[in-house]
Parts: sequence; structure tokens; C-alpha cells
Amino acid sequence: MSALLEVSGVSKSFDGFKAIDNLSFSVGEPELRAIIGPNGAGKTTFMDLVTGKTRPDSGTIRYGELAQDLTRMSEAKIARAGIGRKFQKPTVFDDQTVTENLTMALKSPRSPFTVLTRRPSMIERAAEVAQRVGLRSDMNARAGTLSHGQKQWLEIGMLLAQEPRLLLVDEPAAGMTAAERERTTEMLVEAAKTRAVVVIEHDMEFVRRLGCRVTVLHEGRALAEGSLDHVCADPRVIDVYLGRPETADA
Amino acid sequence: MTSTATNPNGSAVETVDRRRPMLFRTDVLIFLSLLALVTVGATVLAQAGFVSTSFVKLLGKTLCLCLAALAMDLVWGYTGILSLGHFAFFGIGGYAIGMWLMWDRTELIVVETLVRGALPPTPLEIEEAIGTQIFGVVGSSDIPWLWTFAGSLPLQLAFAVLVPGAIALVFGWLAFRSRVAGVYLSILTQAGTLALSLWLFQNDSGLRGNNGLSGLQNLPGLDHVPQSTVSLWFLWASALALGLGYVVAAWTVSGRFGSVLRGIRDDEARVRFLGYEVEHYKLAVFTGTAMACGIGGALYYPQAGIVNPAEIAPIASIYLAVWVAIGGRGRLYGAVIGAAVVSLLSSWFTGGGAPDIDLGVYVIKWTDWWLVLLGSSFVLVTLFAPKGLGGFVDLWTNRRSTRRDDLGPDQGSLRAEEETP
Ligand SMILES: Nc1ncnc2c1ncn2[C@@H]1O[C@H](COP(=O)(O)OP(=O)(O)O)[C@@H](O)[C@H]1O
Ligand SMILES: [Mg+2]
Repeated sequence: MSALLEVSGVSKSFDGFKAIDNLSFSVGEPELRAIIGPNGAGKTTFMDLVTGKTRPDSGTIRYGELAQDLTRMSEAKIARAGIGRKFQKPTVFDDQTVTENLTMALKSPRSPFTVLTRRPSMIERAAEVAQRVGLRSDMNARAGTLSHGQKQWLEIGMLLAQEPRLLLVDEPAAGMTAAERERTTEMLVEAAKTRAVVVIEHDMEFVRRLGCRVTVLHEGRALAEGSLDHVCADPRVIDVYLGRPETADA
Repeated sequence: MTSTATNPNGSAVETVDRRRPMLFRTDVLIFLSLLALVTVGATVLAQAGFVSTSFVKLLGKTLCLCLAALAMDLVWGYTGILSLGHFAFFGIGGYAIGMWLMWDRTELIVVETLVRGALPPTPLEIEEAIGTQIFGVVGSSDIPWLWTFAGSLPLQLAFAVLVPGAIALVFGWLAFRSRVAGVYLSILTQAGTLALSLWLFQNDSGLRGNNGLSGLQNLPGLDHVPQSTVSLWFLWASALALGLGYVVAAWTVSGRFGSVLRGIRDDEARVRFLGYEVEHYKLAVFTGTAMACGIGGALYYPQAGIVNPAEIAPIASIYLAVWVAIGGRGRLYGAVIGAAVVSLLSSWFTGGGAPDIDLGVYVIKWTDWWLVLLGSSFVLVTLFAPKGLGGFVDLWTNRRSTRRDDLGPDQGSLRAEEETP
């Protein structure tokens, strides 16, 4: 298992506040990895850095066999290189149908000219993905009419449709019912069999069910890494995170 | 292509690829039929002498404005770029064709006069005479470089499309690349429009300053054809352009390309993370619609007879947005309805068609009050019918049930909900 994503010595401050502080992190392919940490630890910022939404002040982010430097690529190019992202808030296109949402995401040429002039039918591929995320019977529904949990699945479906090599998932279980969480866990574990999946979560129970290697983030630094039991036993982790459950969900 | 799956309720769900050739889509068919009906109807009535030439011209001009509105709907209603400068492209199209119309006609007249002289005229003499004829009003007889190709119809026709396209490409590239969006982009387009019209107002712009180009209704060498016939030619050409424009627009907003455009409008960051270069899409739409506006202008101004810098004033582009808003943005026929209704009403009210209302103490003259009425309708539509006039179409199609808008706050996004198992 070689590293697919290699983040080394990355820092990012906002107005003097260090959101990410000399962070190093790597994930292999295939691998399922969880990043946990209290609110404000810099989890979302980490994701922004990898996907090109924000640029680091220092450090490098390398990706793939060619060790492409992600800090110099546009968001769209990073996405086309095979990095998919699921936002914390479900962001699907409410005004469009499930099919349209999935079709946009399906791996295919992205240039305006090609998209305008070449129009192969993608409905079957979209249906296949919809099946995998349990939205097969809602394909003609507008995304805006779906329940919160279904929207999250649609977004996961859109990610799968992109066929990314690296999947970054921000708090997928937020706002889900217990049954929906279970379903989501299955989807993520399944997806991680063939690719790298990084799940950001502050819900310990959810992470436990993922049963994977965990990185604890705190004040922009990686505090500990290992199995969940291993990091839970780490006194520093207990101190900043587990010892103060009320701040974890604040 | 059909496949079926069974949902938990046991009912079969069918996924059919419902794509039909663009020409056979219901809305396109209805639109094209109505357009043909209006055009043929007007032609028949005009031939029979029931409608005047000026009415035919009004109709033809309205169709051109509808084309501009269609372009505006693509760029604003579908892609979410509130460009307040698209009417400038319309004006540029008019200038491009106007230059040829003026030049060629002047040349014919000049040559005719000069051959009556003792010696046959030299090309230099002809050019000088044309220069004096055209630029005399701005106190000059030199021919500006802008007029280099004015004698060539094919080139000026190409310029009517390519100049708006090139300006839009450069402007859009600079703006979108630096991620100028929203209100800032609108202001920037207004500034650009203002700059263009101020430049045109100058006598040394080379385009006859505030006089603009005139006499455009007279086609060179076709003086023997009556205006009643010319007006019908232009009506047909305008209808053809609008019909084609509608089909192209419908094709553009369908399929994945249309999805991406609407995605950019609703959440462009998300579209980027799907791997689409949002800037390229915006640039394509911005440029393509600018070119469509150029075509509209090239057909409009020969019917209007005159194009001057006032046409390109910033307010004209704002009107364009108002038409689309009143008609209903984000649906193609909405833009057409808006442009047609508002511009026809506008000429009725401002042309003295509407009777003044005598209130005893005050007489409402519609020529003065039309803008107030338009402004209030805009406010009313925005407040009470945000989908615009086109939204009424929903009342008899059943889009209402599937396109309900506000779903209220999303329960699941509330943090408190998370804790309940
Ligand atoms: N664009 C931004 N501008 C200023 N501060 C930011 C920005 N993005 C994140 N931050 C700050 O960085 C810190 C880390 O935020 P975030 O990455 O969202 O945390 P998490 O996702 O772990 O809850 C927070 O204190 C937040 O206020
Ligand atoms: Mg976060």
C-alpha cells in the first residue's frame, strides 16, 4: 500500500489564527481513514486545502504516482484528477432531479464543448449508482424534495459516480437517523474497498463502526494516529477531546 | 433504452431515456408554431392592407428584442450571471450592419452624381465624396479606420457577430478568471456599457457621434422596392433568427450542459468540485449570448432606421433584465413573453396609443407615466409572482406539483436533531 495522498508540513492561518499548523498526513490506496477532532480543530480546513478551495501558507500536498502538487491546481482540475469531496452540509442541486444530479457527477469528459455537443445516454449508469445508494425509485424526484438522509446519500452517490481514487467525506452522519447511519457506514466501508476514503467525523460511535485507522486532529495538528482504541487511550487525546465531551458537540 | 427496478413498495420504477430530438419537444413545437402563426398572419394581413408597414416593423423589431431577451435568459436565468451589458452587444450588431448600409448606399448615390460630370470619377474622388457625405455632420471628411471594410457586406455581417463575441470573450475572461461575480459583475458590465456609449457619443469616435447611423431602412440598390415589402423581408428574417435562436437555446439548456449551467447558478463551488471548469462554462455562455445579441441588433436596426449611442445606454441593458424578470427567468418562453409583452405595451403607451386618463385635477399622460407603470409592475411581479408571467403557464401544465419551491428549513441540518437517535 503506497501513499496516494501525502500532506507534509502544511500550515494555514486565517488573520493570524493558525487553523492548520505544520500538519503532515498520508493515506494509502485502498484505505479507510477517519479524522476526528473537536469543532474548530481544522478538519474542514484540511479538506479545503486538499481540494484546492484554500491555498496553504507553506508545505506541500502531493497526490498520485506522479506526485502532482495539488496546491497549484484549480478545484476543477483536482476533482478531475480523482479527488471527490462531500461537504459537511448536504450540497446537492435541489432544483434538479436525482438523475440530473448523478449525471452531472458521472465520470465523463468535462469540457464545455464536449458536454454541449456530445450527448451519449448516461441514464443507465446513473441508475446503477442510484441503486447503490438506495435512490433507485427516486430518480425522477427533485433533489429538493428528498429527506435529509436521502440528500446525504445522493451526495455520496454523486461522489461514487465521479469514480474518484480519493474520497473526502465531511461529517456524513450529521443529522441522520440510526438506520440511515448504519446504511451510510456500509456505503463508506464498501467504497473504501477499492479506493482511499477519508471520513471526517466527531461522532465517536460512528467512527467505531467504521473500524478503521484514526487520526486525531487538534488545533490544526495531528495529535495521535492509530486504531480507535489506541488513540482513545492516549492521555493527550483524552485531555483535549474525550475528556470534554460537551465541547466535542458544541 | 429502458430498464426497470422494483422499489420497496413493490411498484416498478421505469427509467426511460426520454430524450427527443430538439425540434419535437412540446415547448419548442408550440413556440415555433406560434411564431409561424404570427409571422404568416402578419404577412397575410399586411398584404391585404389590414396592418400598416410600421406595425409590421414594430412586430419585426419585437422579435429581435425577444432574441436578445432569450440570450439574457440564458446568461442570467440559467447561468446566474446578471450581465447588465448585453444590450450593448445588440447595439454593436446594429452599428456593424449600419456601417455597410450607409456606406454602400452613399457610394451608389455619390457615383451616380459624379458620373454626370465631365470626367469619370477616380476611386479617390469617390472615397472623398463618401467621406464628406457621411462624416460631414461631425465636421470631417476623413474616413476613420473603423470603416475600412464598410463596403463589404459579408465582412460587416461577420463583424456584427464577431465583434460582440470578441468583446465578450476578453471582458468575460478578465472578469471570470478573477472570480468577479454577483453584484460586482453587474456593476462592471454597466461600467463597460457606459464607457462604450460615452465613447460613441464623441464625434471623433469615427461613428458619427450622437448622430449615430441613419437611413438604415433604405437597402442599397433596392430603392425601387417599397418599404412595405422590405418590412416583410425583415419580419421573416427576424422570425427565422428567433426561431433558430429558440431551438439552439433549448438545446443548450437541455441535457448535461443545461444541468451544469443551472448548477453554476445555484452553487458554483459545488460544480467546481465535480470537476467542471466553471469559468470556461461562464465564458462560453457569456460569449455565445453576446453573439446572439449581435445578430438581433443587426436585424433590428435596419427596421428601426437609426442606431445611435443612446441605444447602448446602460438603462437599455437594465430593461433587458426587467423584461426577462417580468416574463419569468429560467424558462425560455418566459423571456420571450416578457420582451414581447413589455416592448409592445411600451410602444403602445409611449406612442400615444393609450388614451390619457382625465382625473379632473390631473391628466395622466401615458407618455410620461408609462415608466412609472413599468416600474410598479416590476415591483409587483417580483413580490407576488416571482416566476414571472411565464409562471402562469404552470397553472395549466402540472409543473406546479413537481416543482414546488420552498421546502422550509431542513430539519436534519439542525444540530439539535442529531442527538435524537
Ligand atoms: N475562511 C476562513 N476564514 C477565517 N477563519 C476560518 C476560515 N475557515 C476556517 N476558519 C477557522 O479555522 C478554524 C478551523 O475551522 P474548521 O476547519 O471549519 O474546523 P472543523 O471542521 O474541525 O470544525 C476555526 O476556528 C474557523 O473559525
Ligand atoms: Mg467542519
